[in-house]
Amino acid sequence: MEPFDPAELPELLKLYYRRLFPYAQYYRWLNYGGVVKNYFQHREFSFTLKDDIYIRYQSFNNQSDLEKEMQKMNPYKIDIGAVYSHRPNQHNTVKLGAFQAQEKELVFDIDMTDYDDVRRCCSSADICSKCWTLMTMAIRIIDRALKEDFGFKHRLWVYSGRRGVHCWVCDESVRKLSSAVRSGIVEYLSLVKGGQDVKKKVHLSENVHPFVRKSISIIKKYFEGYALVGQDILENKESWDKILALVPETMHNDLQQNFQKHHSSLQRWEYLKKAASQCPSNIKNEKCGPWLEWEIMLQYCFPRLDINVSKGINHLLKSPFSVHPKTGRISVPIDLQKVDQFDPFAVPTISSICHELDAIFTSEAEKEENQAESDIKHRTRDYKKTSLAPYVKVFEQFLENLDKSRKGELLKKSGTMRETKMNYTKMNSLPCLPAYWKY
Amino acid sequence: MRTTRAGVGGRKVSGRDLRASRFRFRFYKKSPATREGGCQTLCVVEFAVVAGNKMEFSGVKRRKPWLIGDQRKASYPHSLQFYLQPPSENISLIEFENLAIDRLKLLKSVENLGVSYVKGTELYQSKLEAEIRRLKFSYRESLEDEYEPRRKDHISHFILRLAYCQSEDLRRWFIQQEMDLLRFRFSILPKDKIQSFLQDSHLHFEAISEEEKNLREQEIIASSTSLGGPKLELEYVYKIPFADALDLFRGRKVYLENGFAYVPLKDIVAIILNEFRAKLSKALALTARSLPAVQSDERLQPLLNHLSHSYIGQDYSIQGNAGKISLDQIDSLSTKSFPPCMRQLHKALRENHHLRHGGRMQYGLFLKGIGLTLEQALQFWKQEFIKGKMDPDKFDKGYSYNIRHSFGKEGKRTDYTPFSCLKIILTNPPSQGDYHGCPFRHSDPELLKQKLQSYKITPGGISQILDLVKGTHYQVACQKYFEMTHNSRDPDLDNRRLLTACPVLGMYALPTMPTVGTIFKDIVLREQCVVETAWMVYMTGRRDLESSLEDGGTEAS
Repeated sequence: MEPFDPAELPELLKLYYRRLFPYAQYYRWLNYGGVVKNYFQHREFSFTLKDDIYIRYQSFNNQSDLEKEMQKMNPYKIDIGAVYSHRPNQHNTVKLGAFQAQEKELVFDIDMTDYDDVRRCCSSADICSKCWTLMTMAIRIIDRALKEDFGFKHRLWVYSGRRGVHCWVCDESVRKLSSAVRSGIVEYLSLVKGGQDVKKKVHLSENVHPFVRKSISIIKKYFEGYALVGQDILENKESWDKILALVPETMHNDLQQNFQKHHSSLQRWEYLKKAASQCPSNIKNEKCGPWLEWEIMLQYCFPRLDINVSKGINHLLKSPFSVHPKTGRISVPIDLQKVDQFDPFAVPTISSICHELDAIFTSEAEKEENQAESDIKHRTRDYKKTSLAPYVKVFEQFLENLDKSRKGELLKKSGTMRETKMNYTKMNSLPCLPAYWKY
Repeated sequence: MRTTRAGVGGRKVSGRDLRASRFRFRFYKKSPATREGGCQTLCVVEFAVVAGNKMEFSGVKRRKPWLIGDQRKASYPHSLQFYLQPPSENISLIEFENLAIDRLKLLKSVENLGVSYVKGTELYQSKLEAEIRRLKFSYRESLEDEYEPRRKDHISHFILRLAYCQSEDLRRWFIQQEMDLLRFRFSILPKDKIQSFLQDSHLHFEAISEEEKNLREQEIIASSTSLGGPKLELEYVYKIPFADALDLFRGRKVYLENGFAYVPLKDIVAIILNEFRAKLSKALALTARSLPAVQSDERLQPLLNHLSHSYIGQDYSIQGNAGKISLDQIDSLSTKSFPPCMRQLHKALRENHHLRHGGRMQYGLFLKGIGLTLEQALQFWKQEFIKGKMDPDKFDKGYSYNIRHSFGKEGKRTDYTPFSCLKIILTNPPSQGDYHGCPFRHSDPELLKQKLQSYKITPGGISQILDLVKGTHYQVACQKYFEMTHNSRDPDLDNRRLLTACPVLGMYALPTMPTVGTIFKDIVLREQCVVETAWMVYMTGRRDLESSLEDGGTEAS
């Protein structure tokens, strides 16, 4: 892959926005079938330009308007906001208080930095293949809950470009949810509570909710490979002391001694499981069973969400297919069928796909005579020839599902309308109804 | 029934005029199509005008029944309702007024009982039921013809909406009492009637079938903390859209599957009440907007004003209170008439000649509430602080500014009102060296017991109070304290009932009596045999505030 140099961004972005950005699919998404008037026109976008110039309340009339503006401004970053009551780019002309955010997808942002207290390989903005499993587990757990518990059908997971993932839930009813319900959903999905000064961040009650139980079974599939081998969380005294901070003090001596005797995290974990599930006689009100083991697993593996991203209807979030200015990686959709195989380091960077495009273009241009013609032809298929193609395909599959759902809804609605029409005519043909029916 | 009343502004309206006319007056407002969908007719109130003086009427209006038999039953199929549809029939002005006053009495009782007894207990339930029956409102399925009580319930609710939509405080009070009333009625609804009631109220809660329940039995039991053990067969479980069960699912207290929450009966009550509160709140807001149309009718205007003001005494404004207490009375009043929180603050002040900021705020505003003027307050605090060897100049510099500020004479000139019970209980807990707060909430139970013993409360009373404190019913505990300390002074049972209607606790339920001070000020005045409180006015229901105060007191009718 071509190495990415941030200094080249202006040139690269020019090419990207002219030839590679999938405008058609993008518009198809945000237009949502054109069912609601002005839905796309009232959507807020924000651009971050060169030199950190940030402009909000951008809005566009249609796909070609969007294309022209993006090509003109060459944004370093694109964020998507809410659908407002009026065109965002005219918000200053609206009477005070009348300009309101009305709908937006439900979004989630999972950031690797939030796990710094439990990963040993990296910290802050760095990621590696060892800790990426945290994202895999997070996607699996959250997606299962969104699908099976909440019944959300259209969920788009996107790599953020550096150290995390985003989720966009686009169901029609979800876009209308209030801020309170969004907060409630995040609360439902939260188990790890507490900041730096809190040692033990997960406390389970005796009654374990099905959501928690199902999340634990997902974590169990990855725990050995991720935590005991990859992260090696019981490798040495320094690392296992952190685990001991999560268990009652009365168990410490016993555990310390036995940890010394064992040779690997795997063995030590087996021992800890056994010790934790025995009923401690001296501690009153302690539950006997796997709770302690589960609490440790959850603290080390359960997803950590940022509630502020999800609860605000007007919150702006990085757009899919936006470029990350520091890493050059494109924010690509993640194929849920292949989430275990997703490799953030294999995600194309803007420099690599531009390079690919150049290579193809020069070789093809040698064959073509009419430059202008080939330009247009190429533009509509350019991304397909680069490593961006498979990701656009995932996006298209997502759009297909949205379309199918929409058609299904329309059919249902027209069906019921036909039904009521029939009933109405039936009623009118009845012999005279009793007088009080009129009231 | 009295036939003449002073209208607003003292204009006498002849009884004959009033009673002789029924007036048509219709208003409804369509709310703009909101995203929540649909227009809402908020309140259609229609009173037919029948011109002329030939209307016959007597004490109780007998309308021509225009519904018979099954049709009557069909119009009110349940003993309770969500008041979704406004009434649309003709009633006379007199009936309008009677219905409103009866319902007001009912809601007042709901409030009082909720304050004197812990809600949901047997005592509470039986007393509330007796009260509802006494006032002839609907509450229970019975064999008798339920049409009249249900109709009364329906119409009176909508009339009171007109009166109580006018301010935030009034709305809050109205919603609170209506919710308590609904909660009671729902709790005595037989289980098999619940489903049809919910359906008729357009609440899409369906009880799931046995098979569906069995499929999910484990999950439902694991999710719901309110279920005691594996007894799911006895419970109804309702399937509702998850967004309608926000308070349940956010804390993972309910099982979610495919966008639906599976809610056992016990938990559904909270959801229903929330729905009711949301709907009523919205309706009141809409009503308020169309109120000008209502109030423009001359004959309704005095009535509605009267209703919403009938227990709000001008008496209770702080301006009215000022100057009626002298400083030398405070010591004796503190033991006879102050609530325990203020009593302990006063004692600490006298003993230490000082109070910390929290204590100065809480006690200072209370003193203002019971009628101390700014000059009196300055004198009071200065005298005391000087005894603690404080330099008079230091007092002037450091403390007098704050006192003037709290009277609204400095800075942004807000005339601060005394703290309500809720504020004292919930915020700013006292620490070492503080004497503010609520003794029932913030004192160690042992210490509280000793204090009550020193206040000469009977051992029976003390244990009652401590039980209430354990159940976190702090304000009811204070109410009990009040009853214990004022028992001997009011042998008249009715009076005692009245006084328990406006205790310290009143402030959290009463819209415009938010302060500890103002309530006790009335008690204080009572001790000095000053005229009845506005409570009396409310109870009789029909007196103009001014006239009753002029008369120098009336007997409860």
